[in-house]
This record gives sequence, structure tokens and C-alpha cells, in this order.
Amino acid sequence: VSFIPGGLDCSISFVSHVLGKVCVHGRQKEIMGVLVPHLTDLTKSDCIWQRICWRLVECVPDRWMEAVVLGFVQGAPRADVLSRLLGNLVVKNKKAQFVVTQKMLLLQYGHTTAVLQNLLGYLSLDSLRRPLMLGVLQELLETWSSSSAVKHSPAEQQLYISKAILICLSHLKEPEIESCRQELLTSMMEGVKCHLDSSLPQLRRLGMVVAESISLKINTEGPVLKFEYEEDDETRELKSLLVQTPPFCVIPSFPDDDRSEKTGAALPLVPENHEKPHTAAPVMPDEELDAELDSDDDLTPYDMSEDKVLKIKAPVYIRDCIEVLTGSRSEDVDKWEATVKALESLVRKNPAATREVSVELAKILLHLEEKTCIEGFVELRQRAQVAVLSTDPIPVAKYLTSQFYSLNYSLRQRMDILDVLVLAAQELSCPKFHGKTEHSGAQKPCIQLLPGSDSSKDWRRIVDERIKSKTRRFDMGQSHVELASRPNEFNSVAGHFFFPLIQHYDRPLTTFDLLGEDHLVLGRLVHTLAILMYLAVNTVAVTAMGKALLEFVWALRFHTDSYVRQGLLSCISSLLLSVPAERILADMTEELLETQSWLGDVMERDPDGDCRRLALQNLLLMENLKKKLEVVPS
Amino acid sequence: MALPPPDPQFVLRGTSAAVHALHFSCGGPEPDIPLLFSGSENGFIHVWNLKTRRAHTALDGHGRKSVYCVQTMGGKGRLLSQGRDQRICLWDLAEGRTSVTDSVFTEHVGFCRCSLLKVAQGRWLMAMAARSLEEVQILELPSKTSVCTLKPEMGAKLGMPMCLKLWQLNCDSQPVLLAGYEDGSVVLWNMSMRKVLSQLICHQEPVMSLDFDAEKAKGISGSSEKVLSIWSLNEQQNLQVYKTHELVNAGISDITIRADKKILATAGWDHRIRIFGWKKLKPLAVLDYHTATVHCVSFSDHSNPRERLLAAGSKDQRISVWSIYAQT
Repeated sequence: VSFIPGGLDCSISFVSHVLGKVCVHGRQKEIMGVLVPHLTDLTKSDCIWQRICWRLVECVPDRWMEAVVLGFVQGAPRADVLSRLLGNLVVKNKKAQFVVTQKMLLLQYGHTTAVLQNLLGYLSLDSLRRPLMLGVLQELLETWSSSSAVKHSPAEQQLYISKAILICLSHLKEPEIESCRQELLTSMMEGVKCHLDSSLPQLRRLGMVVAESISLKINTEGPVLKFEYEEDDETRELKSLLVQTPPFCVIPSFPDDDRSEKTGAALPLVPENHEKPHTAAPVMPDEELDAELDSDDDLTPYDMSEDKVLKIKAPVYIRDCIEVLTGSRSEDVDKWEATVKALESLVRKNPAATREVSVELAKILLHLEEKTCIEGFVELRQRAQVAVLSTDPIPVAKYLTSQFYSLNYSLRQRMDILDVLVLAAQELSCPKFHGKTEHSGAQKPCIQLLPGSDSSKDWRRIVDERIKSKTRRFDMGQSHVELASRPNEFNSVAGHFFFPLIQHYDRPLTTFDLLGEDHLVLGRLVHTLAILMYLAVNTVAVTAMGKALLEFVWALRFHTDSYVRQGLLSCISSLLLSVPAERILADMTEELLETQSWLGDVMERDPDGDCRRLALQNLLLMENLKKKLEVVPS
Repeated sequence: MALPPPDPQFVLRGTSAAVHALHFSCGGPEPDIPLLFSGSENGFIHVWNLKTRRAHTALDGHGRKSVYCVQTMGGKGRLLSQGRDQRICLWDLAEGRTSVTDSVFTEHVGFCRCSLLKVAQGRWLMAMAARSLEEVQILELPSKTSVCTLKPEMGAKLGMPMCLKLWQLNCDSQPVLLAGYEDGSVVLWNMSMRKVLSQLICHQEPVMSLDFDAEKAKGISGSSEKVLSIWSLNEQQNLQVYKTHELVNAGISDITIRADKKILATAGWDHRIRIFGWKKLKPLAVLDYHTATVHCVSFSDHSNPRERLLAAGSKDQRISVWSIYAQT
């Protein structure tokens, strides 16, 4: 494909046709791979070639325009190259405009960041095209700030749109920012609200990063919006998009001069550094020169061995602890602190005494607020609660589950109740657990995918990991020694933990509506039920629990929040793993068949990637179950 | 074998409130009763007779607001007290009278104790924290005229003055002020020119208390952290850190050097009084009697060295009086 230069009036349209046909048949990559570098070189400084190139693309018939434009955008190495090749095609041709401003940005989301950079850079480079870029930014912001889009579109699409917004922002110039400042502000406020409402941490972070960037752009002086979130690769990448490197190459002669200047400047610094240490030496008086005869030597010191770090004694009896914690005397904060720190071990050492006052203690701990600034107050309180619950499970579980559905608790307190129930259930059901935990801090939810394999052992491990990651708890030292087995203490109390939680979920209270706004707590509740189900393996109540859980899941299966759906799918996994296979097939056959068809539907159509994976796992678990039962009967 | 630390010689009870300030007045000749003045949180100043070990008067002059500084002005007949009612009161206690002769309205809402220095017969200079956040005002007493106001420069960010010490090397030299501030630095002020001569950052936390030995040009400061800082003043009037000493428990409320410059005492938040040798800051004793924070320590001014005492006032409402290292 080489062209004959020189002012011949060639008919380009034939070439355009060929190009279009080739592209539409899917051979974009090959032809662009050859064409684009050629044209890049030719059009670098030659205006005639530029015009030829523009004619080339303009003449492509409309039905093939999309393929050609797509090919160019993906093939061009940089935005300015794209600008040279396509010229003002997007302004002149309606189809090209549609492809560039609508299709590639809003309807597709598979393109790489580099492609986005090219596209948006191309739009920003010419004054005729800038209005298009501003229009694009507005539409992107509208999508970003629409709550239904945030709830229903997949995470990858939301990431793509966020990237596009950030790149547009980086291209904006001052006067343009001025003119659309108000709109930027309104969209930012709406958008950040929808994003923070979401139960998925990734979406929340996306919202925060984009909102911060918008705020940075519109408030160049004065305070900017700043969120607290953990930085990770994704956020760093997003933030780097805000900074634009100039699209044009710096003329090569400069770097040499710069370098020599820098080395020259570096030299004088070095000798300065050597001088500094001398002046900074502290004035150390020469003790030997203190030759005066001191009568200090006559002063004999007394015995100071008792002088140790001051420790405030904590109370030794549980009832004393209760007194201190409920006492209104604000002066004795030292004692209060010592009590909070010592409470867990006291409870574990005195189970009989704890059982007498267990519900009262549970009540006090649930309402305990931080009086002074102790390190790790939240964990201390949680550990004490878990200790009380494990020591006297039935009454305390009754109390806690009833409080979960009561008025006037904060969301945080309700979620704490759920965490405590899970931790205590774990302690009661696991024979290795001795009540000693090591502090580890919260683990971030992580989804681990092992390469697809059929054995149910792998799935069990995956589910285990998932369950571990969803619980906010401390890392237990995994003891490799097989310890003596103990009776499963969870057996007698599993029902007390489980059924009250599942009972009232559909009854809204004035301050607490699980099926309405408080879907975050609903999500946590569902995950908690999944864990309790999993821990109830080998207990007597497991079948009844399984049936109740299946009904619960069935009622909620179309919930709009993806975190809740993930929880429901975990419930199914736990169910399949815990309830003995025979019981499942005997008591729950019909429900299971219905569940299977629902799972198939989720696997194909659910917008959330994690939900789809979980549904697939569940289907595989069911398959394995069937196979196992087919093998057994002899 | 080191001896166990001594017990207090006696303990004064009866203030019914935490004790914040102590001052001895025992220098008078024989027929004079040795006295100890104490300021309490309930606003009373008790005058203790050290022979009978009972309080023979309770002065009420600060409207039941805590009294955090008491000092005598040349003898037991005149007393100065500073309270949280933002006033400094001057009392006439001669011949059994108990009246407030004068008062200064400082408008200071903090806890900075004022510092007195006798510059001539019947004339004193008093340094006190003033109303404005970072300022220290020097007044002449009894005329109450303002001598100068020491204000740090803009952007110095020293915070409130926490403790003050006015001193002069001898009767003829210029009085100088040492001030410890909230940001942990100790500043040496030239009063006539109202300028900072030297500033030294001694602590990371506010300076709670300081004391200075004019003869050796060495001072010590304590803060809410675990470190005691000893600094010296060289000929160019510059402060330099000489030494630091780490304590077992954090928090010092008060430091005082005995008049013979041999030992010093610190009052700790860990309920203990510590005694150190001043020359090299050798730890000498830890006196553990009180059951709550010790707020103040004070050495007596007995003319007979063997009778010298140390008093400590604490939040547990008791004043412990010790006889320690009195033999040297």
C-alpha cells in the first residue's frame, strides 16, 4: 500500500471504499497496523498528505464508517497523531460523531485507558472539536451521577466512565471550567451521594476519587474535598490520569543542556553536606572537668527499687467491674480504663460468676461508649462481648438478637451485634479455639478465584476463604497440632443464634427498615446468616435452619443491592455444604430445583461479576452433590 | 545496702480539697512560729502552724475558686495569692489580721503561676501571664504599675506561658525572665528591650514547671512527658541543653531546687516525689506516700539547716512534710 505523491488528482474514494470494506470484515488490526504508521510519518509535516488522509476517511461510506473510525482510534499511538489523521471528521460526519462521542464512551466499555486518552485528547486538540468534548463531559457526568446507573451497571463500566471523566477534566482549560462550574458542582454532589450509598467498597472508592478530582478542578484556591480511603493501584492509576503530559514531543536539543546544568548544580551541594556535621554537634560538657570537690558525693541515695511504672489496679470481681463501668463518677477514668482492659480475661476466668450477670454485662457492653482515648477500644469491647456470649450463650443470644430488631440503635451497634454473634459462634463450634486471639485488624474483603476445578474440596476452600474475608475479626494462630476434640458447644445453641435473627426481617420499625434504606445492614445480616449456617454443620438443628434459610433467600432473591445478592448466594453455598446431602434431597428437593433455575439465571444475567461467579460455584456444588449421591447407593 | 526511703515526718490533713500551692515561712528568729501556707482547690488558703501541726487560719479571698500560687513578700506578714478567679490578692497578715489589702485583676484564665522577685527594699517585680494568649506582663508591686509586656513575635506559635521565673544574678544586675511555654520551649527574655534573648525547645509537650540556679546558670524543666530537661546559660546569654533525664512514669507538675543548691525535688503525676542531686542529677530518692497526683513541692527556708523540711501537696488532699538530706 504505497501512494504516489505529487499533485495528481487521484480519486481517493476508491481507496476509502476498500478501506471500509476491509475494516468492516474485521481486518481492522492488520490493515491499520500497516496503514497508520505509514500515514503518521507521511503526515508529520506534509500538509498535502494530511489533506489526502482526511479525504480518505471522509469518503468512507457511512455503513463502514464505524469500523474505520474504531480502527483508527485504536491504532493511533497518540492523540495528536489521531488528530492529524482524522482531522475534523467528527464535526463533518454525523456517523463518526456518534461513534466517537456516544458509542465508544457510553455504550461500550472495553477499551483500554490509552484508547480513551487518544480519543479525548483528539477531541480537545482543536477548537472546532472542543465543544464536542464539553458535551461528552456533560453526558459522562450525567451517567456518573445517576443513581440507577450506579446501582445497576457493572463495576467495570463504572470504572471506564470514571476514567473518561478524569481524562476530560485534565483537558479542561480555565475559561471552560468557569462556564460550567455550577454544573460540575451539582453533578458532583449528586454523584458522590449515589456512590457513597453503594454497598460495594470499590464503587465507593471510585466515587470518592472522582469527586475529589472534580473538587480540585473547580476550587483552585480554598479548601478542596478530601476523602479518607485506602490508596491502591486503581486509585493511583485514576489519579495519575488527572495530570496531563503534553502531547507534543520536546525538541530533542534541550535535554542535553538541561542535563549538563543539573550536574553542574549538583557539585556545589556536596561539599556543603560535609561541613554541616561539625556545626551540629551538641554541646557536651566535659564531665571530667568538673573538678570541684562536691559534697554531692556525700548524699547517699535511698533504695529506689520500688520505683516502677505505675499500674492502676483493675477490679478483681465481675460485679465490681459492672459498678465501675456503669458508675457515673467521671473522676475515676484510670480505673475505668483498667477495667475495660481487664474485662475479657476476668469473664473467661470466672464463668460461674459471669453467668449470674451475663445479660446485664451484655447490656452494659452494647451501650458502652469510649470515655477516654484507649488504644483498641473497639476490639476490647468486642472481645469482652464475645467472651460473655460464649460463656452464657442462650440468654445473651436471646438478648442480643432481640436488641438487633429494637428501636433506637445505631447501624453500627446493629452490625456489632452481628459480628459478636458470628465470633462467638465460631468459638463455640471450633474445638481448636482456646479463647486466645491475636490482634490482627480488619481484613479487606478479597475474592480469590482458583482455576476452575471440579473437586468439591476446592470449592469448600473457596467458600471458606470468602467467609473468612467477610468477617471482621482477628487472625487466629492456626495450630497445626491436632488438639483433643471437645463436644461441639454450638450444637445446643445454634438455633438460638439463628432463628431470632431471621424472624423479623420484614417488619419495619421507625428507625430501622431492613428491606428499605438499611440495605447495608441487610447485606451484613445475610452474610452473618451464611456464616452461622456454615458453622452449624453437624448440629441437630441444621436441617431446620437450612429450610428456613432457603425460604429467606427465595424471598429476597431479586434484591437490587449486589452486596445483598452476594450474601444470598453465600447462604446457598453454606447450605449445600452444611446440611447433610441426604437431608437436602429428602426435604428440599422442589425448592432446590427452583433454586437451580434461579442460579442459572443469575449466572447469565446478573450485572455483578461476583454474583455470577458465586452462582456458578453453587451450581457446581449442586452437581457434585448429585454425583456423590449417585455413587453411594450400592 | 541502700536504706529504704524515709516516711514523712508528719502529714497535714484538713484542707478537704486538693492542694495546689505551698510556701514555707520559717526564717524568722526563735519566738516566731514556723508557718506553712497552702492553697487549695476550694479557694481557701490555710496557714499551718508547724509546731502544733494544725491550721490556725483559713483565708477566703478567691471566691471559692482554686488557689494555685501562694508566696510571701518579705516575711510572714505579707502574702500574695493567685487564684482561678483571675485575681492576684495581696494580704496583710501581721498581728493576726487577715485582710486583702490589694488585688490585681489579671484576666488570665490559665494556670500559670506568677513569679516574684525582690529588687529593692519594699519593691518587687512580678511576672504574670496576662489576658492575651501569649503575653507575659511584668508589674511592679506594690504600686501595680506595668513595667513591660513581653509578647512573642508574630508566628512564633509558642502558645500559652506555662511557668515563669524572674531572677537576677545579684542585686545590681538586670532582672531577667525565664518562661516556659505550651509548645515545649523555654525562652529567656530581655525585659528592658522586650526582646527574646534565647529560645530553646526542651520538650515535645508543654513545659509544666521550671526552676533556675542563677549562680551556676543552670536550669531544669519538666513537662507532661517522661523527660526532665536540664539546660544551661552561657556567656552569650544562649540557652543550651545540658542533659536530659528519663523518668519511669510520665508527668511532672512542679520542680523546685533547694536554697543551698544541693538537691532538687519533683512532684509527679504518678503520685511520687523524686529527689535528685543538683550537681549531676543523680537520683537520690523516690518518696511514695500520696495516693493521687502530687501538685506541688516546696523546700523550707529554715535558718538552721538541720530543721529544713520538704512539703508536698497532692490531689488526695494531704500535705506530706519530710525531713530529707537535712544533715548536709
